[in-house]
Amino acid sequence: MTGFAAPTASATSLASAAPSRRRQGKWALLFLSPWIVGLILLTAGPLLASLYLSFTKYDLLSDPVWTGFGNYIRMFTADPLWWQSVRVTAIYVVIAVPLQLALALALALLLNRGIKGLGFWRAAFYVPSLFGSGVAVAILWREIFGSSGLLNQILDLIGIHSTTSWIGDPTWSLGTLVLLRAWEFGSPMIIFLAGLRQIPQDLYESAEIDGAGPVRRFFSITLPMLSPILFFNLVLQVINAFQVFGSAFIIGGGTGGAGNSLLVYTLYLYQSAFGNFQMGYAAAMAWVLVVIIGIVTAVNFWFSRHWVQYADD
Amino acid sequence: MSTASLARRRSGSAGSRASRAASQLVLYAVLVAGSIIMLYPLVWMLMASFKPDSEIFSSAGLWPDTWQPANYIKGWVDAGIESFGRYLGNSILLSVGAVIGNVLACSLAAFAFARLEFPFKRTAFVLMMVTIMLPAQVTIIPQFILFHALGWVNTYLPLLVPKFFATDAFFIFLMVQFIRGIPRDLDDAASLDGCNPGSIYGRIILPLLRPALVTTSIFTFLWTYNDFFSQLIYVSESRLFTVPLALRQFMDGTGQSEFGPMFAMSVVSLLPTLVLFLMFQRLIVDGISTSGLKG
Repeated sequence: MTGFAAPTASATSLASAAPSRRRQGKWALLFLSPWIVGLILLTAGPLLASLYLSFTKYDLLSDPVWTGFGNYIRMFTADPLWWQSVRVTAIYVVIAVPLQLALALALALLLNRGIKGLGFWRAAFYVPSLFGSGVAVAILWREIFGSSGLLNQILDLIGIHSTTSWIGDPTWSLGTLVLLRAWEFGSPMIIFLAGLRQIPQDLYESAEIDGAGPVRRFFSITLPMLSPILFFNLVLQVINAFQVFGSAFIIGGGTGGAGNSLLVYTLYLYQSAFGNFQMGYAAAMAWVLVVIIGIVTAVNFWFSRHWVQYADD
Repeated sequence: MSTASLARRRSGSAGSRASRAASQLVLYAVLVAGSIIMLYPLVWMLMASFKPDSEIFSSAGLWPDTWQPANYIKGWVDAGIESFGRYLGNSILLSVGAVIGNVLACSLAAFAFARLEFPFKRTAFVLMMVTIMLPAQVTIIPQFILFHALGWVNTYLPLLVPKFFATDAFFIFLMVQFIRGIPRDLDDAASLDGCNPGSIYGRIILPLLRPALVTTSIFTFLWTYNDFFSQLIYVSESRLFTVPLALRQFMDGTGQSEFGPMFAMSVVSLLPTLVLFLMFQRLIVDGISTSGLKG
């Protein structure tokens, strides 16, 4: 699953039958040409261009004006909205991802207990994730947590009368966004489920003979055996969560919500670039985001040495 | 099966059989309750799409007192300047175009990485892997400037052309992994028969690659169909609107009297995804569990 190894050069078996290396090289160039053009024009070029733009002031109409570290200085010292977007995104990532992964793991454990109709249950818990990233579900969320939405109707049934708009109240609005992500635990659940199947059953059998109870078996067998997959899910979901956009955009009505409580990082980046046409500033924000994600991922990898156990250790 | 043997051993005595039955009961009760909580919002939306607006926010009841299927007609016809059918067609067209681009460009690159020798192969492969993890935000602004300069804003070209240049590198990786599993003997035999790499790709690898191509197609379709960010940036002309943009317009235009049609079209917008899931459930689940594709 995490086998990100480069392909090994095994030209030996081809030596007799295959065309010469030189001819193969020409063919490879032909096959790779769309990818190479894309890499240069659509990935590497823009990557460097946005680094350059991040040191300029650029509104798309007049030429970029070099401002040195101006954008970065403004971001760190003079832009409370940027700090707000960092704060919102940090809270979102720190709460939503663990919640989502905990639910995913819990459901995977339940579904792995030899239940009947596994396909049905798995589908039932996966379907929210299937729809989750779409605009339709974000609209639904907006209405569920509105002042006369489903949540308040249900609260009314159990005798709590509330007319709070959970979306409109800055105290709660980020919570609804967190809940939306937690609701979409389907993909990590499926990955956990596949991982649980890989754990040899005789480990459990011998642990049981040794008198280990279910809790002990979970912490001394399941969790360590599953830790590489937990790590994989954690890295992936953290990177995804940092880039949340659509749901925050829709739930906050495109503005960042009440008191900018839903102003996630990419939303502020979008507003800067395509609302205010501060392309240079937005490019600087994008580079800072990449660095933040890079650092968090590196820290994740560094910590993983202390808790992830690979089978061949 | 080893779970079953464990179960047999556990059910040795009558007492433990009873306690096992009880724990099974609890397990199913938790699953039923959990799936109701998970699916309730979606069912609520489905039911709300048949209710008059006055009823949607006044009663928590799921079942409509008054059925109003006309929500669907109103939503479909009054979706915007065009009918919702137009927007749905746009989205499907765009998604199918993206599928074609990804399947063609990614399989070509994957074949080179998996089967051909060329200089700087390792470096190129590492570069490709790095681009998978690169957040889109860091390239989006120069890309926008480029496409703006080419006059491509308010066309689908910025959304489609990159797919034909294999920018969704994740699928290259997926296909490389798959091709490595195809026996090389087949290539060698074809090579001896005088096939060049071009015909090995076309006649041997591509047909055998079908499962990976189907997985790529499904996920490309789902991602493009649900994509909001780039469609929001590049498309602002109403007749080019896609489903996410049309729904957003619904939301913005919603006074106090348009919720029924909005929910109706939201339900319609989920149907292509649902149909795809029901048709290819097996492949989607396998795609996620073997390669961590986000669903």
